[in-house]
Amino acid sequence: MSKNDDSRLPPGTHFMMGNFALAEGAVAAGCKFVSGYPITPASEIVNRLSVLLPPLGGGFLQTEDEISAVCSAIGASWTGVKSMTATSGPGISLMQENIGFAVATETPLVIVDVQRLGPSTGVPSAGLAGDVVQVARGSHGDYQIIALAPGSPQDMYDMTIRAFNLAETYRVPVFVMPDAFIAHMREQVVIPDQSDIHLVSRKITAQGTDPMTRQDFHDPNVAPMPVFGRGFKSHVTSSCHDEHGMRNLSDPTTMHNYIMKPIEKIISHRDDIIEVDEDYQNGDMILVAYGSVARSVKEAAIRAREGGLKVGTLRLKTLWPFADKEIEAAARAASGMVVLENNTGQMFPYIKAEAAAYCKVNFMGPKILGQIHDPEDILSFLKEINA
Amino acid sequence: MSVTEHPLRKYTRPHVKKTTTCPGCGNGIIAQAILRSIEELGLSMDDFVFVSGIGCSAWIPSPLFAADTLHTTHGRPVAFATGVKLGRPESHVMVASGDGDLTAIGGNHLIHAARRNIDLTVVLVNNGIYGMTGGQTAPTTPRGLTTITSPYGSMEHALNISEMITAAGAPYVARWTTYHPRQLTRSIKKGIRKKGFALIEAVSQCPVQYGRVSKIGKAVDILKFFKKNSIRIDKASRMSEEALEGKIIIGEFADKEKVELSSQWLELSKQMMQEEGESCHVKS
Repeated sequence: MSKNDDSRLPPGTHFMMGNFALAEGAVAAGCKFVSGYPITPASEIVNRLSVLLPPLGGGFLQTEDEISAVCSAIGASWTGVKSMTATSGPGISLMQENIGFAVATETPLVIVDVQRLGPSTGVPSAGLAGDVVQVARGSHGDYQIIALAPGSPQDMYDMTIRAFNLAETYRVPVFVMPDAFIAHMREQVVIPDQSDIHLVSRKITAQGTDPMTRQDFHDPNVAPMPVFGRGFKSHVTSSCHDEHGMRNLSDPTTMHNYIMKPIEKIISHRDDIIEVDEDYQNGDMILVAYGSVARSVKEAAIRAREGGLKVGTLRLKTLWPFADKEIEAAARAASGMVVLENNTGQMFPYIKAEAAAYCKVNFMGPKILGQIHDPEDILSFLKEINA
Repeated sequence: MSVTEHPLRKYTRPHVKKTTTCPGCGNGIIAQAILRSIEELGLSMDDFVFVSGIGCSAWIPSPLFAADTLHTTHGRPVAFATGVKLGRPESHVMVASGDGDLTAIGGNHLIHAARRNIDLTVVLVNNGIYGMTGGQTAPTTPRGLTTITSPYGSMEHALNISEMITAAGAPYVARWTTYHPRQLTRSIKKGIRKKGFALIEAVSQCPVQYGRVSKIGKAVDILKFFKKNSIRIDKASRMSEEALEGKIIIGEFADKEKVELSSQWLELSKQMMQEEGESCHVKS
């Protein structure tokens, strides 16, 4: 595709970079507002969207920092527009306070975190799955979000559409969490006909112009959103509020609901949200991975099976909400489990907590952090632990 | 006894019976100036989205005003408002917040919104101190003032907000005090009508915190102080820096026309959609 081509790619099979596939997915999902601040390895996403959005009636706002990027995307979402911001770990760190704002105000929003090697400024162009816990736990207070882990440019397209659908369905921020490798990888991407893409838009309130007679918040089955500019006289605050959006800092039950209802919204729909790829049989040594590492794991499992080993795989396509039941089911079937991550073990404690009662759980990081696991290293590791 | 309803009561939420401001606070004067501006312009509250941050003055629109209100995190209302305006350009988007919120923690957003020239009306309440948290030094606190966090006198220089935002390129900037409610109302009206970024700095009294530490006194004393120490901008331009020490320069700092951001977004989309339509037409 040429840089100046302002048209979306036509349906068909294309060869493209993960970040460009993500941009196409956002457009296919109906995204109209994107904000961001330049950052490696995420920049190609907004570079492409700044070209694609104006002819579709939308636009890209380059903000003064990532704080402004997430805030303006939340503001745009409250006008009823599908909104997104794209960044990398340092940007997520800056956004954290206002990610909590989006959670507390039940704002649909897609946040892309192309993960790079850290801590701090680290290595911008090397991938490391270093943000998988910070996106779920990095803002202060107690809450739940949704996070998806793409493992290919095709996933970048498909999961971005799904991220918008989940954000619109549940009125929550949804993270798309590739690492730098997936973001810069060039691979085949199939773009379907727009009419074949399932799209969801948020429900908008239809209950008159007085918030005191409406339920705008705190419905575990998702309250219709009182978007701005339609005479709803909506009251939106991230401070503790009741179901009408009115601030209340004194009633303990309101405080409980303010924290608990947005959490219930996600947890009670976890079966609809969580996706895993399961490829294992009873008695297998099950390799658990996500993102780019799941590709090495897939290859290692093929080679291990060719060598006569009983090896299965479990790929987490959803990192959050956590796939606790799916991990437990795998652990019950497994002879043992190996968790593989391109970090020092961020999801590992969560996985181990679900699995350890049923089988032994090992962790394997890459030989060199910031490098995707070599399948041969995985095979050696399996031999070491007598799989 | 008959009770007369306040003429601006129709603009406030029926269930909100009281505000959170202290007796003598300038917020009431400023809230009235905003609502009077809307009434005098013949606009509806439904034409507006009000955005505020954290601090006493962020409570001016929220929960009081019967309109869409977005009460945001500390320092960020201008960033949120930018997204609201670009998402819904046909709405008037007004930010009401304080000097700490908009120029300390949120200073960068204010500067860049002025630079971008996005159509927001920002009513910045400058009381020279952090009121809500108990009277700490603000970027607007005069040098030498003893506050709870500058017990030996503030050693820092105060920020000149209106000059800064004029330099950042805002097409409308005005500063008044709560002693000047009519002028304040007139400037808020001009700000709403201005297609572009408008900053109205309202120098306001905090009798509880600022009045106490400055020893100026109660609300009326501070208003008298504002009256005595305010100098019109045209007169101030002929005065020396020494003579202006401790004075409040009031009036319009900027009033010009300038191409605005959200209308450029709309124009670009319109133009490109038309071109797209034409090229499709050619193809078929």
